[in-house]
Amino acid sequence: MTFGPARQMFRRVAIQAIPTVLGIIALNFLLLNLMPGDAADAIAGMSGSATAETMETLRRTLGLDQSLATRFMTYVANIAVLNLGTSSNYGVPVVNVIMERLPNTLVLMLSAFFIAVTLGILLGWIMAVFANKWPDRLLTAIVLLLYSAPGFWVGLMAIVLFSARLGWLPSGGSETIGVGMTGLALLRDRVLHLILPALALATFFVAIYARLTRAAMLDVLRQDFMRAATAKGLHPLVLQFRHALRNALIPVTTVAGLHLANLLSGAVVVETVFNWPGLGRLTMDSLVARDFNVLLGILLLSCIVVIVTNVIIDWIVMWLDPRIEF
Amino acid sequence: MTDVVVDSSAAPGAAPVPGAARIMSARLRSLLTWLRDPFLCLAMMLLIGVVAIAFAAGLIYPTDPLDMVAPALLWPGQDWDYPLGTDALGRDLAAGVVHGARVSLLVGFFAALIGLVIGTTIGALAGYFGGVIDNVLVRLTELFQTIPAILLVIVILAIGDPSIFLIVLSIGLASWPMIARLARSQFMTLRDADFVMAARGLGYGTPRIIVREILPNALPTLVVATSVLVANGILAEAGLSFLNLGDPNRVSWGSLIGSGRTMLRSEWYLTALPGLAIVLTVLSINVIGDRLTDILNPRSETR
Repeated sequence: MTFGPARQMFRRVAIQAIPTVLGIIALNFLLLNLMPGDAADAIAGMSGSATAETMETLRRTLGLDQSLATRFMTYVANIAVLNLGTSSNYGVPVVNVIMERLPNTLVLMLSAFFIAVTLGILLGWIMAVFANKWPDRLLTAIVLLLYSAPGFWVGLMAIVLFSARLGWLPSGGSETIGVGMTGLALLRDRVLHLILPALALATFFVAIYARLTRAAMLDVLRQDFMRAATAKGLHPLVLQFRHALRNALIPVTTVAGLHLANLLSGAVVVETVFNWPGLGRLTMDSLVARDFNVLLGILLLSCIVVIVTNVIIDWIVMWLDPRIEF
Repeated sequence: MTDVVVDSSAAPGAAPVPGAARIMSARLRSLLTWLRDPFLCLAMMLLIGVVAIAFAAGLIYPTDPLDMVAPALLWPGQDWDYPLGTDALGRDLAAGVVHGARVSLLVGFFAALIGLVIGTTIGALAGYFGGVIDNVLVRLTELFQTIPAILLVIVILAIGDPSIFLIVLSIGLASWPMIARLARSQFMTLRDADFVMAARGLGYGTPRIIVREILPNALPTLVVATSVLVANGILAEAGLSFLNLGDPNRVSWGSLIGSGRTMLRSEWYLTALPGLAIVLTVLSINVIGDRLTDILNPRSETR
């Protein structure tokens, strides 16, 4: 599929991500050392108290008295083998704590992403087709509202409407506890619990994708080759789908990379609103419990996920539009 | 530099054209068409209203909004002394909304200002100098863009004491990348402009060229982009106070939503009304920012 120069570009994009990863690790290390109290303090705190000599011995055992450079090397080496330390709140390795909750957050984020992209592109498409007529104006107003409302507030209002008043959807959690459903019933239960949080998480970016799609499609719809294609006799919908929409995908894909970082942020609040057992709730719990290892582990993991996804998205963008150079 | 456009009918020897629009800059004319837009006028009035209320908070509701002043859980309209009702502890919601406007607007505005300053500095240096400096600064920008904003803020708040200053600082730190990219592209375009070459020919030093020649031309676009930053800053502050990460002694719209959450099923006005305040404020800022962008962008379909 890819020849020499293209393959070099793909590789270059991947290689450019490495300094960013190193930068994130360095930043994390910096933040770790800025946290009030270190591992020795945490251990001493758990055992009640400690004399100065005990603290010194403890620090020497934990390697905390070595130079910053040595500690950084150890830190990087640990990360390479996925050793992110131990959670002071749960007493188990940080990786375990995170991995337990990661799937839940991933499900939420991917659903929100999917909803935002499809709904956003659909709305943008309709807005572009009816440009400046009443459907466009109405949708522009709605989209602007979605862009201006805090996602968690939309979620709360949705709970009031759909859960408290209408009783259609559950108001929190990822499943109904204690009932022990299986198979299709379990799937249905999970999906019902997923709808409101995913919608709340998606609202902000539906607006962004809609506006991007509208602008990109308007750009394309005005060009001459569209008129030529219509003269050929192609059905307008086919035209829009095959030509205009593909052009819209490029800015959408570029923004999708930024969306991911935003999704993680939004997940923190939305998971709190809906009591969703994911990384967002874990972040809040760890903050309250002063569990810095978990906090920094989540930060590191999120950043690396975002970087990797951005590399993949850059590849997709390069594939979609061969004119783009990196 | 304003473009002076003279009426075409004012040819030498012709009769003077009546009306005020004889000689008018293009920008002034676009400003007038701008003001005819009903949505924009509405948005501006709304924003001015909110800012005025925030300023006058001490006059309208002189007592601390966290004081318990009334019977608990009054609905809006039940007692017109407390037009927006009261919460579970008998605190006046209207006082909370009015005082909360102060915190939310201040945080949003100053966080955006910090983002603007940092972003413009980094973007200007990257765009003007290019080369290695550009490379390094672009990597730095990407670094901050990959960090999910709330996580960065939470970590910073975990390190220090949660205070309004730290929240403003951390939101600013999370939002400068967007401005930096914009500033970088502006400076990259403008550094090749003729007037820059002329300035260099006159012997102006680099700092002077950057600050007094290029920056004033780049500033309008950047200021308009900052409106997005203000809007997002208000939303971010709301989220943080909702999570109880804000200053516990100050009322903010987010904290009102957070404390009203326990009564969501029954007294849902406690979460609805502060949220509505947020929506209206952010909406007006976004509408104004949109219209300003339309004016500055020559390619847009101006109405």
